[in-house]
Amino acid sequence: MSRILPYPLLSAALALTWLLLNAPLTPGGVLLALLVGLAVPHVMRALRPPAVRVRAPATLARLAGIVLYDMVRSNIDVARVILGLRRGTRRTGFVAIPLDLREPFGLAVLSIILTATPGTLWVQYDSDTGRLLMHLLDDADGDAWIRRVKDRYERPLMEIFGCHPTPTSPS
Amino acid sequence: MPPHADEPVMSAAAVLDWGLGLAQGMLVLAMALAAWRMLRGPRAQDRILGLDTLYLNGMLAIVVHGMRTGSGLYFEAALIIGMIGFTATVALAKFLMQGEVIR
Amino acid sequence: MTGADLPVWAAWLVVVLAVAGAAFSLTGALGLVRLRTFYERVHAPTLGATLGMALILCGSMLLLSLIEGRLVLRDALIGVFLTVTTPVTLLLLARAAAHRDRHEGDPDAPPRP
Repeated sequence: MSRILPYPLLSAALALTWLLLNAPLTPGGVLLALLVGLAVPHVMRALRPPAVRVRAPATLARLAGIVLYDMVRSNIDVARVILGLRRGTRRTGFVAIPLDLREPFGLAVLSIILTATPGTLWVQYDSDTGRLLMHLLDDADGDAWIRRVKDRYERPLMEIFGCHPTPTSPS
Repeated sequence: MPPHADEPVMSAAAVLDWGLGLAQGMLVLAMALAAWRMLRGPRAQDRILGLDTLYLNGMLAIVVHGMRTGSGLYFEAALIIGMIGFTATVALAKFLMQGEVIR
Repeated sequence: MTGADLPVWAAWLVVVLAVAGAAFSLTGALGLVRLRTFYERVHAPTLGATLGMALILCGSMLLLSLIEGRLVLRDALIGVFLTVTTPVTLLLLARAAAHRDRHEGDPDAPPRP
């Protein structure tokens, strides 16, 4: 990126945060927000974070909708399990998912998604094999969960962070 | 003002006071349950999880208290509790994993 | 006492949001007590950290916006902050627990990924 705006997304986020903290909007507040957005990201240069490119904003919006819906639904599911309203036997267990997503930002967002939907817990990710170990509170059908994570979350994330799906290498 | 026929039974202020008080009571009960898990254990990770839940519900209770008093001042308190709770839990979890916090 | 000049329907809406959020948080804390194994229990507090938190913050933003007569979105920052930090906490905790269980040769320890 340019020298003035090394991390445009970070600058925008900082300026927006500043404005939210200092509402109501005043001309001075807007000026300070712009200043913070311009100046602070230069500190980040010392850390040299890899640049993040977000593509496919339409996919991003759709993914946000899917996650919001799943969050509400799984919250209700887990509440039913805790309150003992769920009928039948419940099996809990670990499931390993082979991930094709290798992009660190994508993995970070995936971990946020899996945590935001109660009932799935990210336990461990092995960056050598690309396998993710998850714990499921209600493991009715382990394969369905693998498909769900891969189709609903992983594929849009790979589109957004612009990596091409590669066949999983057998480890 | 004399009571009128189509005036609601409860005023907005009363609804807010009772309803938010109920929400606050539920959050305090949640804090008590989390504290029970923290004291009971049985293992260190259970205690840390209890502490984390205690922090979270305490923060939400402060947000609701801010709503009850109608002042924005409690926002900062809630944000700081959230931050300190996060740092504490991360430090404790790292301690569990490696036996030392800073390497 | 706040909200004396608020319409009654708005007060009810705020109260429903706050009580629903508190109910989810309470259910999460109840899960902390009721569920049997540690890995099951880790799921419970996420109820409060996701939907419980979101509902209470929505109620708070709605109430403050109505009282102050302008859009107050400050509380959304708490939501963003919690959404970003909760995965870190739970991930570290789950990994620490997995590490300890494996180290001790617990038969219920998670398998290696």
